[in-house]
Amino acid sequence: MSEPVLAVEALHVAYGPIKAVRGCTLRLDAGETVAVVGANGAGKTTLLRALSNLLPHESGSVRYLGAPTERAGPHELARRGLFHIPEGRGTLGRLEVRENLRIAYDVRPADRSFEAALERVFERFPRLRERHDQLAGTLSGGEQQMLALARALINPPRVLLVDEPSLGLAPALVEEAFAVLGEFHAEGIAILLVEQNVYSALRLAQRGYVLRQGEIVMEGPSAKLLADAEMLKHYLG
Amino acid sequence: MSLDLALFTGINILLAWSVYLILLTGTLSFANGAFMALGAYVSGVLTAKFGIGYMPAMAMAAAASAVIGVLTGYPALRTRGIYLILVTLAITFFVQTAIENTKFVGGVQGMGGMMGTSFEIVYGSVIVVGALIWLLSRSPLQRVLDAVREDEHVAGAIGINVVYVRLALFGIGAALAAYAGGLYAHHMFFVAPDHFTIIVSVFIVLYVIMGGVNNMWGSVVGAVILTVLPEAIRFIGEWRQGVFGLLIVILLLFRRDGILPFRSVTARSGRKADA
Repeated sequence: MSEPVLAVEALHVAYGPIKAVRGCTLRLDAGETVAVVGANGAGKTTLLRALSNLLPHESGSVRYLGAPTERAGPHELARRGLFHIPEGRGTLGRLEVRENLRIAYDVRPADRSFEAALERVFERFPRLRERHDQLAGTLSGGEQQMLALARALINPPRVLLVDEPSLGLAPALVEEAFAVLGEFHAEGIAILLVEQNVYSALRLAQRGYVLRQGEIVMEGPSAKLLADAEMLKHYLG
Repeated sequence: MSLDLALFTGINILLAWSVYLILLTGTLSFANGAFMALGAYVSGVLTAKFGIGYMPAMAMAAAASAVIGVLTGYPALRTRGIYLILVTLAITFFVQTAIENTKFVGGVQGMGGMMGTSFEIVYGSVIVVGALIWLLSRSPLQRVLDAVREDEHVAGAIGINVVYVRLALFGIGAALAAYAGGLYAHHMFFVAPDHFTIIVSVFIVLYVIMGGVNNMWGSVVGAVILTVLPEAIRFIGEWRQGVFGLLIVILLLFRRDGILPFRSVTARSGRKADA
């Protein structure tokens, strides 16, 4: 069996005395989409932040492309292709749409020119082309989510960590966001998706983990998890 | 305007830019009065006691301050918001106390023997530093700084080394403040610890806030007004400080983003440059 792109072993993360993630073990294989679902406060966002080293680990190990990540800063992981789209999208509101994309390009330059990369992004997100000189903070929630996804697309990463892309979006926009993730998957990007929107997430993913109070309580192929509606309901409260 | 006032204005513009540069990464520094003092004393001691030339002494003062800036900045920049402000204030208190208790530089008595400065040196420096900051504002680096100021987590997530960027700008700001402090010391021929009280640090920050934090020209306007205005209203005598304070309050009430609130067009997407 080949080495997973992301391998997490008995990871513990704490905020002071509060243990938010307790001994999580999970894996993400190349090109795979995996969903981590759970109720509000289950530790999903904490888990994702710890994976990209935005939070320190208490114990456990995280390996990216076979190498431990513990000594790498978040920026190094991003440059090595482990890209995190934070909750609430994390667009830079006081910068223009185009500037948001330009920074992402400057920090992790692709083989192609910025103009070419931008053209590709604008083809996929025509709304962003229309709004390219607008401040990102003046975009609608859906447009900001598209911008956050577009920032990853400007130089496609190996692994994408996505935190609640559906948060605060209207149903049609949620569908669009998931459709974009589906395209990323088709391009071979491995995706670890954290979601409260259990059904959409599991329908997109090939495998899933159910997180409850910082622990993984169920795991398996998405279809199997979806079939076990009783258990799912029980754990998601 | 007298030559004396013109020189102070130029020096204050440099000081304002030293705070502006650090603020580009979202750090409000009340330590620049301390870095100014370091520069004043280091360049003063090197020229007056060791006979080192003017410009080499200034360069060494700036370098020393950059090193101390980075050393103090490394732990300080781990804190955020109000705590970071308190830490930078503490740096100012510490440096003043250290100078007061160092016999070698005259303690509270102060020290003299500097060489003086000139209009050409001060304004040549303003032009060179201004040109460098202007070039920065047009470079891709400006966007990186914007990202760090805007949201450090996002900046880190897209691949920017936030700690390094913050520290680098803190060091550069400290060096510039020290350089301005060197000019000040030479212009005054004499410096004492009470020239570098916390009020000085506060005033430098005020130049930038009042002028406008979003572009390099705000610092210039703020420094000029806050340097010249107290002289211009000297005729009102005893009430000068009060009226001065009142003007600042009024200004900040009506123009919270400073006198020049715009964000430099040149600093934006570079659309004009590469369209």
